[in-house]
Formats: sequence, structure tokens, C-alpha cells
Amino acid sequence: MTNHWVDIKNADLIVVMGGNAAEAHPVGFRWALEAKTRNKAKILVIDPRFTRTASVADYYAPIRTGTDIAFLSGVIRYLLEKGAYNKEYTLAYTNAALLVNPDFAFDEGLFSGWDAETKKYDKASWSYQLDEQGFAKRDDTLADPRCVLNLMREHVARYTPDVVENICGTPKDAFLKVCEYIASTGAHDKTTSFLYALGWTQHSIGSQNIRTMAMIQLLLGNMGMAGGGVNALRGHSNIQGLTDVGLLSQSLPGYLRLPSEKETTLETFLEATTPKALADGQMNYWQNTPKFHVSLMKSFWGDNATAENSWGFDWLPKWDQGYDVLRYFDMMNQGKVNGYFCQGFNPVASFPNKNKVVASLSKLKFLVIMDPLVTDTSTFWKNHGEQNDVDSASIKTEVFRLPTTCFAEEEGAIVNSGRWLQWHWKGADAPGEALTDVEIIAGIFTHVRVLYAKEGGAYAEPIQKLSWAYRDAHDPKAEELAKELNGKALADIPDPKKPGEFLAKKGEQLPGFAALQADGSTASACWIFAGSWTQAGNQMGRRDNSDPSGLGNTLGWAWAWPANRRILYNRASNKPDGTPWDAKRTLIKWNGEKWAGIDIPDFKADEPPGSKMSPFIMQAEGLGRLFALDKMAEGPFPEHYEPFESPIGTNPLHPKVVNNPAARIFKGDAEQLGTKADFPYAATTYRLTEHFHYWTKNVLLNAIAQPEQFVEIGEGLAKEKGIAHGDTVKVSSKRGYIKAKAVVTKRIRTLKVNGQDVHHVGIPIHWGYEGVAKKGFLANTLTPFVGDANTQTPEFKSFLVNVEKA
Amino acid sequence: MQVSRRQFFKLCGGSMAGTTIAALGFTPGVAMADVRSYKLLRASETRNTCPYCSVGCGILMYSLGDGAKNAKSDIIHIEGDADHPVNRGALCPKGAGLLDFVHSPNRLKYPEVREAGSTEFKRISWDEAYSRIARHIKTDRDANFVEKNADGVTVNRWLSTGFLAASASSNETGWLTQKFVRSLGMLAVDNQARV
Repeated sequence: MTNHWVDIKNADLIVVMGGNAAEAHPVGFRWALEAKTRNKAKILVIDPRFTRTASVADYYAPIRTGTDIAFLSGVIRYLLEKGAYNKEYTLAYTNAALLVNPDFAFDEGLFSGWDAETKKYDKASWSYQLDEQGFAKRDDTLADPRCVLNLMREHVARYTPDVVENICGTPKDAFLKVCEYIASTGAHDKTTSFLYALGWTQHSIGSQNIRTMAMIQLLLGNMGMAGGGVNALRGHSNIQGLTDVGLLSQSLPGYLRLPSEKETTLETFLEATTPKALADGQMNYWQNTPKFHVSLMKSFWGDNATAENSWGFDWLPKWDQGYDVLRYFDMMNQGKVNGYFCQGFNPVASFPNKNKVVASLSKLKFLVIMDPLVTDTSTFWKNHGEQNDVDSASIKTEVFRLPTTCFAEEEGAIVNSGRWLQWHWKGADAPGEALTDVEIIAGIFTHVRVLYAKEGGAYAEPIQKLSWAYRDAHDPKAEELAKELNGKALADIPDPKKPGEFLAKKGEQLPGFAALQADGSTASACWIFAGSWTQAGNQMGRRDNSDPSGLGNTLGWAWAWPANRRILYNRASNKPDGTPWDAKRTLIKWNGEKWAGIDIPDFKADEPPGSKMSPFIMQAEGLGRLFALDKMAEGPFPEHYEPFESPIGTNPLHPKVVNNPAARIFKGDAEQLGTKADFPYAATTYRLTEHFHYWTKNVLLNAIAQPEQFVEIGEGLAKEKGIAHGDTVKVSSKRGYIKAKAVVTKRIRTLKVNGQDVHHVGIPIHWGYEGVAKKGFLANTLTPFVGDANTQTPEFKSFLVNVEKA
Repeated sequence: MQVSRRQFFKLCGGSMAGTTIAALGFTPGVAMADVRSYKLLRASETRNTCPYCSVGCGILMYSLGDGAKNAKSDIIHIEGDADHPVNRGALCPKGAGLLDFVHSPNRLKYPEVREAGSTEFKRISWDEAYSRIARHIKTDRDANFVEKNADGVTVNRWLSTGFLAASASSNETGWLTQKFVRSLGMLAVDNQARV
């Protein structure tokens, strides 16, 4: 979230789309109801199902799964046509006026640079026109046809209300009603908050779903505003934190990345990852990348990282491609993988095409499970009848199952969706011989290190050089690790503004990331966490819930990254001249010397209003991007592409380019895609209020609340297929089948799309062959093995099935 | 002598005798207005965060056991933290069941191994688990570590083993995991953010 949970109460309009906060994030959603009660806010829900969020909404519009870009592009078209957006904000704070490369074009579903042979884009034309200084050219009159705003207007012109209705199945009057609501917040003193979750990410076009909404937020002037923002309601309690510390194939902590094999030296790597400003007078904060990277390397390797060895550059693995889980399980299925670790992760349940996942795990030599609970993955080799019909004797995988503590039995910090790092404490000992994940990792690592010391082996240097300066090598303490994440001074760090004074003395915890250095005199494992454990102690455990402004910015509660800032881009809550767009939402003010207020300024503190510096300080041009340059895989503007399994079998906008051309699908998986002839119904998976993923099937109270697997179908489909409420049905896709009780409901209606009826089948995910709830089928038996073109997040939300009475 | 509240009233018969009996010490276990002692009074309170979704609701865990070396603590109650600015004491139907997560019959208690082709797990010691896993790591890494790619560029990667990290584990666990996987040269590293 650019904002945070409590801030939702400041919104005038709350749009829930690609999510179902009332059921998946029930307590957070209370702040939307608070906005409705106290702020007379309206709630809109756009969803294939009439969810519990919809049941408390002021307006509900149905939509076919996988068509959000068409819908939102129609909204952008409406806003531009009616002039119902914040024009001053758009001109000053977005790249609307910047001029785009003359070679950039879009035609029949493809952007310029497409190579039909390699099926790849050359993104060179997805760029700005630059002047002789290397800065982007702009036309503040917006007369130039190559202005971003004009190109965007042209791009979305196709998404008329009729086209939206035809693609999305949303009745035109319902779509226009939503447009009116959203347009009403283009005023300076009104904001919209968009709440979304996996309903937007889990598509082959997931990233662009979110981007389309972000463009609307920029046009409305809602970024940086209390009650505005782009608010991802994340799925797990620390999925934010694990992303922050970079546990993704090509990442390092703090949104730094691992070097690729093309970056053969530290210099070429830093050159590639340190952006140059694209406009005059900008902060371009990523220019500090070398400070962040070198400080991270000092945390990794300690004294072993020196200027002479490029801070241990060779000790980091260099990638040739991303090894996301879809690619990796495909490799595993081909027999190219020998070992796998699942730490608190249940891939048999969580990844698409369960049968492929089980077949892949069956080819491993060894699998290590670390979990507090029995998972379906840990017994993938066991025959569970129809739900997992395998031959144990033929599966040669050695499976180690290691018991871990759960939340209640350990301490540390987790990061909520609002970027709050909250410390928690241990309340009891773990059952039996269970250990913390930290002790287990330390146990395995120290054993490996000893083996290499004794026997030698392949490139042992990084293993031996890794910094492991913990009091007990077998049991590093959460406090020690948290202090490493914050970072410390390795030498006295002079204060450049106050000669003779120091930002930190040698050995002290750093006060924040502004103290980081690129010369090896600071260590910090995650620069965005710098400030979380300072000389003043653990900031994440703070408990002052006072809210002096009434806007919900409790700066004394826990600690938010970065710099304890609660609302990102908050300089944009003021006009360029420093006056707030809306006085009652004042977050920061210029006091004549610096910015200050009820939030930590997201700006150069002493940069006066009216200067050239723009509020989006992490961007090289300082502006919010309506045109995404080369940052997205499938194009600088969002375009509607059908799901890989489409219930209409075509793309009405450009029948030759049906699906996302930049998405990757492996050969065997493409062969396992179904068509509407055999699998006519649009299916989508989702979560229930009473359950959390695949954990709570192990939890008695939740198992009692929702004991048995079911699927939801509308009355129209039920009638067609002769299915009654409570019947057992078989739901099949090209990849497998599940059996479940049928819930026949008015909440899912038949939609008219491209001249045909489209029925949806709703599939809650929470059952499996392990647990204290009734045994069930893993819903991901059905889902396709294809992901978003940028993130490779699987398309769990849009695929095809057939339904029969079992 | 233990006298329940109901017995106490019966005994007293609603008469003046009651005061006398009370004066003699035949009172119910606790104050007359109370049925039994409030069980949380003698519990230790520990602050934690709900491990499910990303709202990050504050919770209070109540456990028995006074922290003494031989006293085994046991969590007997979990509720929302009323001071928490987001949940203000509330929990949802997921979080309301947290106590049953802590005490789930499906909690794992001992290291186990399922041998190749077997139909069951068998219990092993931590030392055996660490030794065997470390040996697997070393054998596979030594056999498949790539120091240089086809162009002779130093790449120092190990692709034949991968790691899924837990997005409900702490930042601190995540950082140690990051150190572990990268020092070994792993690139097939992901967490639930991928899905």
C-alpha cells in the first residue's frame, strides 16, 4: 500500500476491484465501513461475484473475469472525455506533457518493436524524446500530438462504453454509473482509494491490471493524498517483508537486484542499476544505489568484503534468466532439479496444475520441508485416493520434514500491507522438538560449512566468507538479525552539513539510510529498513497509538518503511506552490525552512516549493508515469488481452492477438490449455472469510465453520445442467478434476459477452488431502501453468472448466 | 472447605444465618458475585501479530507458566489487542481461531524422514537431519555448481537445488535465509509473493 489501513477512512470513494476485502481482509475492511459511516464515503464493487464486500457496497457492477483492463481503460476514456480529472496535478506531477519517441506506435494489438519470429519486443521506441542534455522534452501546452496525454487518449479511445459492455459483460448503464462515481473524485478535495488483491495479480495481464488503476489515480490526483493511493491488500502476514528482504529469484534486499551474467564487474553492474536523471533538478533517489549495494555487501560478507575484491562481487550468483517457480517446476518436471526446500510453503496446494507439481516433486532426490503444520506437500508421495492418486513405491524422493515454531513461539518483526514493521514476542515454547526457522537454517548452514572446511569442494569461498558473527552460531537471535537489517557504522560517519559532527560513530546503529556510504564504512542489510533499530533501540516495538491529526497517522506505533513514512509521495498532497490540494488532508507543510507535518516528508526536506524538483523522487524524471517507458513487458500502455483460456475464444479488439503476446508459456503447458468447446465456463478461484489459504484446514474452529469443499454456480448454469443446490458435482479442466458440493446462488449471474452467454464457476481453495477439516481436492488441480508477463504470477483467476453432476 | 455459590445460598437459606456462616469462613471459593476466578488474571500476557493476512492485527496471547526454568508455558487464550490502531481489539473469523492453530493436532513435533519409496515417515534426531541434508547439499552442489558460463564469464551459480521462503516468517528469518541461499549460489529462490 502506498497508504495504510487506517487511512482508508479518509477516502470519499472506495473502489474494491480485484479483491474482496470484507472476506479476505475483514478487519482492515472495517476502515472502509468507517469511511462510509463517518465520511459519507461510497463503496463500489466490481467483481464477477456479488461478494460480501458487494453486500455492503453502495453500488455493484458485475464483470467477466480477466477483463479489468478493458473496464478501467473505459474509465480513463470517460475521465479524459469529460475532463473530470485533476488537470493541474496531471500536468505538474505526471509525465502527461512529456514527448514520446516518434517511432512508438500501437497497431492491431501489438506495440512497436514486436518481432514475430522471436516473439519478443525490442523496447527501444518505448522512450521519451530527449534534449541535448539527456533530459526528456516536454510541451506544457499539451498541443504536441506526441505528448503522453495525447497518445494515451488515442490509445483508450477504442474502449467506448459499448466495447466495455461487449468485452466485460458489464451492462453499459452499470459501467457508466461506476464512471460517474470515480469522476466525482477528480475534484481537489475528493479522493478515491482502490483496494485490490490477488483478483488483480493472478492473471496473465496482472501487472497491467494494477497499472491501469494507478494511471487513474494519477489522473485524479490521488497519489500522495490521505484517503487515496494504490492499495495492495497483500495475501500473507509478511509477504511484504519477504519481498522487502528480496527473497525472489533475481532480487536482493531493499529492491536492489542481483547482478546478471551480463554485468561482469561491479562497475558495469552499478552503471546498469543506477539511473541518470531524466529531467533537470530531480532528486532521482536511486542515484544512491551504490551506497545501498555496498552497505548490503558489508552485511553479507563483513570484513571480508573490501574495495579490492569489489565488496565480494564474485561471491554473488549471477543469473542468466529468472528462476521463478513456474520455470523451476518445469525444469524439475524435466528432471533437471535434484533438491528443494519448502520453508512454510505448500507448493502442491499453492501452484497451478497440481498433478504437474506432484510429478515434478517425484523426480527430486531430496525435499526438505520446514513447517509448523502438516502440509499436502510433505505427503505428496502418499496415495490419498482420488485426491492424490500416486504410487509411493515408485517415488524415490527422500523427504525431510522439520518441525518449526509458529508465530506464538518466536520473536521478530513482520510487515503489514501498510509497510508497518511490527515486532512480536514469544508467548510459549514450541511443541516437541520444534525449532525456529532461524535455528534450522543455522543448523544446516553450519553443518555445510564444516563439511566444506573438512573436505573442500566446489567454490567454497562464499560459504566460508559469509559473515556469521552471532553470539551463538547455531542460534542467531532475532535482535541480532534485526540490527543487521538496520545497519551500523563501521567507522565514524561525518555529517556533511555540520563539520566536526557525526551522523554515527563507529559501532553505532545507523539513524537512517541517509547515513549510508558507498566506501564500505557502513553496513545495512536492507537499506529501506534503516531506522528500524537505531541507537534509541527497537523502533518496531513502539506502542504509542496517539493520532494527533485525526487522519490516522500514528507515527509512534511500530515503524513504517521507509523512514517511518506512512503515506508515500506525500509531497504530492500539495500543489507545486506548496498549498495543499485539500486543507483538511494536510500531511506536510513548508515552514519557511523545511517540510514538516503529521507525516515524514517524502521529499528533500529543505527543497522549497516552486523548485524544479517533482514529488515522485524514486523516478528519474520525478513524475508519475502514465506512459511506463520500457518498464513493463507488454507495453507502455495497458491493453486488453484475453486470459489464456478464454470463454469467448477471441479478442474482439484484435482477433489476431488474443492473449498477452509477452507472456511465457512452456510447450507442454500450452498443450494442456483447454478450449471453450470442451470447457465452456469461466472459472475463478478465491478465499472464504472463515479460512486462510491451506493453513486453517488444520485448525479446528475454522474447520468447523467451513467443513466441506464446495463450488458456486449461478442459477442459469444450474438449470442448464440440471444441478440442484447440494448436489455433488465434478468440475474439470484440461488438467484434472475436483469433486465438490454445488452451491447454487443468485450471487453469480450469467453475463452477455461478445454475443454469447458466459457462466462463471466460483472455486474456493481451502481444501486438500491433509487437515482436520473434511478431506477435499486441491483446487489448483484445475488451474493453468501460465503467468503474468512481468511477474510470472499464475493465472489462477481466469481459466476454463466444465461442470457435471457427479 | 469448598462451597459453591449455589450450595452457599442453599446453606444460608436466605436467612440471617448466612452472615454467620460467612463469618465462620464458609465462603465460596471467590467473591459472592463471581462464579469462578477470571482465568486470565494469573496468565502472562504477550503481544504478537496475527500470522494470517496482511492487515497485521495486534493480538494478546495469554499463557500459563511463570517463566521459571522448569515451568512449561501454555497459551490458553488469544484475543485482539484493544490498543492496536488498526484492529482496536477486533479479530476476524480467521484470527478468532488462532488458539486452535497453536494447539492443532497437526502441529509437527519431531524431525522425520520419508525414505525413497517408503509409505511412511520415521522419526530422526536433529543431528541426523542436519547431517543428511548437509550431505545432500554438498553432493549436489559439488556436482552441479557452475563457476563460469559458456562465454567464460564468472557466474558462480547453483541451479539444481531451489528454495521457497516463507512469507509468514519474520524479516529476520528472511534475512538469514537470504544469506544462506545466496552464499550457496542459489537462484531458484522465491516466496509466496510470486504467486
